[in-house]
Amino acid sequence: MSALGFKNSLGIHPTTMQLRASRAEVLANNLANADTPNYKARDFDFNAMLEAESRRSLEMNVTDERHQRGTVNVDSELMYRNPYQPSIDGNTVDTQMEQSFYTENALRYNASFQFLNSKFKGLKNALSSQ
Amino acid sequence: MSLTNVFNIAGTGMNAQSIRLNTTASNLANAQTVSSSIDETYKARKPWFQVLEKQWDDVDRLNRKLEIRSQVGDGVKIAGIVESDAPLQKRYEPFHPMADEEGYVLYPNVNVVEEMTDMISSSRSYQMNVEMMKTAKQMLQRTLTLGQ
Repeated sequence: MSALGFKNSLGIHPTTMQLRASRAEVLANNLANADTPNYKARDFDFNAMLEAESRRSLEMNVTDERHQRGTVNVDSELMYRNPYQPSIDGNTVDTQMEQSFYTENALRYNASFQFLNSKFKGLKNALSSQ
Repeated sequence: MSLTNVFNIAGTGMNAQSIRLNTTASNLANAQTVSSSIDETYKARKPWFQVLEKQWDDVDRLNRKLEIRSQVGDGVKIAGIVESDAPLQKRYEPFHPMADEEGYVLYPNVNVVEEMTDMISSSRSYQMNVEMMKTAKQMLQRTLTLGQ
């Protein structure tokens, strides 16, 4: 295995960034529905999703809705958050918590970006003749 | 790309909150609009928030990665604006030009204190949506500089 293939050299970071972007959407949706009665806040287990995503190479292709998924399909669907303090209208969005999760997620996205960027810089360095 | 979806979600949130602010403004402006019959009296208006369900896409459905996103809504929508059922305030003001035969005028069922807190709440929620959009914008802008 050469370290210079895109797949090998970039490592886990592209997947991480994709998942972080997905999580940003989920959390953004929670925040947008902070005033919607009966809305239940959602989130997913990031670590479990990342593990499932990085093992995805073993999975089978799905070209039809009725096809069975591959064996490594970790059941990591969206979950409902346990509210710290349930509100009277049935809404479980804890705005401050969601906001901190959202910000943390964005920061970690930027961290992954930094890693990915330096990987690309390294590759560019290796490619250019000095 | 899910980060561009954050823009849509924040946009629906801002839209919903500004409509809520509009109803509050209308309620406050009409808080003293009197009338002599129940039908003609202004009633407090409240927006009815609902989750905006994601439009299903066949291509989305086939892609497992997109599956988690498809379960998430697509922001918030105003399902309608409802008039409050709270009782109207009947006041005895016999010299009021709008008073009925018995000397009563009807004031709207607008609770001014409630409207003020609603106003602050919607303005804060609006700000939150703006911040959310700002963060998503920064994330996307950084992503565009990848490899530079």
